[in-house]
Amino acid sequence: MHLRNRAVSVALLSAVTLLSAAALAGCSSSASTAGASSGTSAGAASSACAPSTGKVNLTFTTWVPGIQAVVDVWNKANPNIQVTVQTGPNGNGGTYQNFFNQLKAGNAPDLGQIEYDALPNFRVQDGLTDLGACSEVMAAKSDFVNWTWNQVSFGEAGHVYGVPQDAGPMALFYRKDLFTKNNIPVPTTWDEYAADAVKIRALGGYITNFSQSDVNQFAGLVWQAGGSWFSNDGTSWSVNLTSPESTKVANYWQDLISKKLVSSVPPWTSEWNNAYNTGSDWTWVSAVWGANSISSGAPDTSGDWAVAPMPQWQAGQAVAGDWGGSSTAVFKGSKHVYEAAKFALWLNTSDEALTMLNKAANLYPATTAGAKLPALAAGVPFYGGQAIYDVFAKASGEVSPSFTWGPTMTQVYADASDGFKAAVSGKGTLLDALTSTQASTIATLKSQAIPVKG
Amino acid sequence: MSAVQTTRASSRQVRPADARRVRESPLSRTAAMLVMGVFTLYFLVPIWWLFVSATKDPGQFTSTEPLWFAKFSLLQNIHDLLHYDGGVYLRWIGNSLAYTGGGALLGTLLAAMCGYALAKYRFRGREALFNVVLGGVLVPATALALPLFLIFSQAHLTNTFWSVFLPSLVSPFGVYLTRIYAAASVPDELLEAARLDGSGEVRTFFTVSVRLMFPALVTVFLFQFVAIWNNFFLPLIMLRDQSIFPVTLGLYSWNTQVNQIPELRGYVLVGALLSIIPLIVIFLLLQRFWRNGLGAGSVK
Repeated sequence: MHLRNRAVSVALLSAVTLLSAAALAGCSSSASTAGASSGTSAGAASSACAPSTGKVNLTFTTWVPGIQAVVDVWNKANPNIQVTVQTGPNGNGGTYQNFFNQLKAGNAPDLGQIEYDALPNFRVQDGLTDLGACSEVMAAKSDFVNWTWNQVSFGEAGHVYGVPQDAGPMALFYRKDLFTKNNIPVPTTWDEYAADAVKIRALGGYITNFSQSDVNQFAGLVWQAGGSWFSNDGTSWSVNLTSPESTKVANYWQDLISKKLVSSVPPWTSEWNNAYNTGSDWTWVSAVWGANSISSGAPDTSGDWAVAPMPQWQAGQAVAGDWGGSSTAVFKGSKHVYEAAKFALWLNTSDEALTMLNKAANLYPATTAGAKLPALAAGVPFYGGQAIYDVFAKASGEVSPSFTWGPTMTQVYADASDGFKAAVSGKGTLLDALTSTQASTIATLKSQAIPVKG
Repeated sequence: MSAVQTTRASSRQVRPADARRVRESPLSRTAAMLVMGVFTLYFLVPIWWLFVSATKDPGQFTSTEPLWFAKFSLLQNIHDLLHYDGGVYLRWIGNSLAYTGGGALLGTLLAAMCGYALAKYRFRGREALFNVVLGGVLVPATALALPLFLIFSQAHLTNTFWSVFLPSLVSPFGVYLTRIYAAASVPDELLEAARLDGSGEVRTFFTVSVRLMFPALVTVFLFQFVAIWNNFFLPLIMLRDQSIFPVTLGLYSWNTQVNQIPELRGYVLVGALLSIIPLIVIFLLLQRFWRNGLGAGSVK
């Protein structure tokens, strides 16, 4: 190619790259200004919730496996409200980003699955329809476990931004056979848990594995301790990653890590499964859905496990935390809010739907009545025939309603997880990780023009 | 076809000289073999792991040696995979073949026509056009996915087969390669002769030029095939309806739910193993052309 041509092509190339960069920058900057304007206009007026006439078609995006069968039941019984299921990867795997893209393009689905920890993000970006005007939804408030309602209403009376779908109350999974054989009583407080950790380490095992990347598990532990990482007074956010409760939990686990009383393999890997399968790790403080993680990851230990309430910070207390859970929200722009809300209520409160969801996808209902489903009453062979869901039903009632998630949880998880990984390998502490994440979170909120204190 | 033959002939001539030189220095030969061996191992171990894992009973996955067989239940696993969720996996494979086969064929044809026109016709703005296309090679497809989504949203075409198929037809690299190749392998005199014999331009293109450009076209086809088969980000952004997912997106969706639905782990493994088979097959079949085409493009 001639020299002159090369010069031209270089110029053109840079022009093309600049153009595409500008296009991308345009997208992101306009997205953040949308966040800014809506962050302040939070308590906007509830949109009307009137029934439409004639046949209504709704779209519903969710990644719950097997949900099509549940929706088929609804479609058969409600010829005038037909729901089409759309699916994809889980929320943080791409579906949340898709929701934001669709909201921007104006073609968001009517309904979408959103986990509790992502809901504030959609709220701040003004992506959700306030269902406060739907009397049937407001009337259903008492059907739900108290704290799950707070997760979708953000504690605002008269407003609600989604219908709770499932919950992840936490408890203690433990190797009953090993505890019995070695005459170690099952810990009921965190002090006993730490003392047991020493005994178990002396026997060659570890009491548990500290998960460096499951920051939302850690959040569940802080939740149990009475902390809350975020709060919103109606005009601005506060970030409290280093609150006294959060600090207490961080120092507790840092102590176990420093004394090498817990293992620290990366979670959800074969290595991690193997640690449980071979009996090297004895307990796991996890959510109700963790029951299946153990039975599939550690099949050789079938019959050896049992479930007890979470260890407490003070003897005699009965407080639990939560790890996971999601809601069914109606997006801004849906033309059939009434019908969408009606479907969401049926999906998440009717015995029929809850039983099917539990069977197909292990979803643990967020309603009080749902905890009494026959499917959840039976003993589970993997846990020595124990009716483990009774423990979780009790735990669900003991979760504090005051924990609030922030609008930038993806960033919080990523930053805290980086710090946790460093702490596990001996560089810094868990509290250092929380302190630096506190600073980076405030910076992120400011950079997105979301009002924040501090 | 003559281009193919000359390339082959010249490589035949070169080979003895090469072999002699290597034989003279056993040390460098050993070193070269060692490096190649290490790289072969590096690339093959993950595939070996995938194969071994796919043959295991789901329950044995964590408790047995990762790189060696336990109970061999590959057929049972495949059977379970094909029947999971109403056989949706087969549908994904079919979709992938439709996106990939159709996209690669049409994309190659379009690239060939464009490259041929740029090489053989003189018109105003030809170089500028070519340089713009060349610029397209540098813009990663991932960067275009979001703008494409917004454009397709305007046209109400998101979540359709076309939203993934149409963008797959574009191949700036193909235009570049075919232009270079056409300039070198299609003599102007031949086109002149065809015109004198009364053949129209389109007919000349399809009957004469395409044959001469064939090795380059196979290369473009292979590149397109691999690129579309592995394209993940565009379907992720465009598609919501799992009946039109390609297999990459389907497997990814499953994989994001492994924590809560553990049995999906096995399906992802077996599914991933099966999904690389079409690539291996097409690569082995067309490998010869691929090498020739690449060589031709790089020398000219």
